[in-house]
Amino acid sequence: MSERKRGATRRAVLIGGLAGGLAATIKVVPARATPEQLHAAIRNVVGAAQVRKGRVELIVPPLVENGNAVSLVVAVDSPMTATDYVKSIHVFNEKNPQPNVIGVHLGPRAGKARISTRFRLADTQTVTAIAELSDGTFWSATADLIVTMAACVEGL
Amino acid sequence: MARPLINVPAKVKRGQVFEIKTLISHIMETGFRFTTTGGRIPRDIVTSFSCRYNGEEIFRADLYPAIAANPFIAFFTVATESGTLEFNWIGDNGFAETASAKITVE
Repeated sequence: MSERKRGATRRAVLIGGLAGGLAATIKVVPARATPEQLHAAIRNVVGAAQVRKGRVELIVPPLVENGNAVSLVVAVDSPMTATDYVKSIHVFNEKNPQPNVIGVHLGPRAGKARISTRFRLADTQTVTAIAELSDGTFWSATADLIVTMAACVEGL
Repeated sequence: MARPLINVPAKVKRGQVFEIKTLISHIMETGFRFTTTGGRIPRDIVTSFSCRYNGEEIFRADLYPAIAANPFIAFFTVATESGTLEFNWIGDNGFAETASAKITVE
């Protein structure tokens, strides 16, 4: 009887300790995700305008082995005429130390709204591309990437 | 030293949309890394890239630390007339590099 009671107490103590430890861990781990910074960066570009999904194609590999150089292609569905063209394309990430990736300014002379570059990824995350059209509308696309080896975090 | 590589077709037809590929050797140090002694490695990146076609700007890009080392940028333009394409990179610590390519429009 007394042994059972002692066992229960020990279990309670263990569970309590475990829960406390878990809570402490959650509190201590710094959040790399910066949704506020990301929203601020996007708002900085689009202002108060509404961003709609579509017209933008974001071509990235779904599985990234090395986050130090990831190929990125953004293509926007636009006729690229003098009156209807893509003004700019901005790419944002979710979990790198900084939300911006690249900002590109185009004009009707581009002929084709398609850009390619290589970028870094610090973690498995979602990448967003936003295009500003000459009529003032904003269109976006997102892509999820799984990163096995992250960039930015390793020392020298 | 930073050595730019430019890939532009030598001859294009008038009105044709062609791709321009550029690459410049640069470490693109993010400013978010630390040495073994704990000191922060200062940021050293290319911040801006632009391309002019016979003096008129046709493409401009703002780069951030998230761009990989040796920035590769490819884009398109319409062949209007023969002339030169001028490329310009600007970065931290007074980094500035230019390159040019000739293009013949038939």
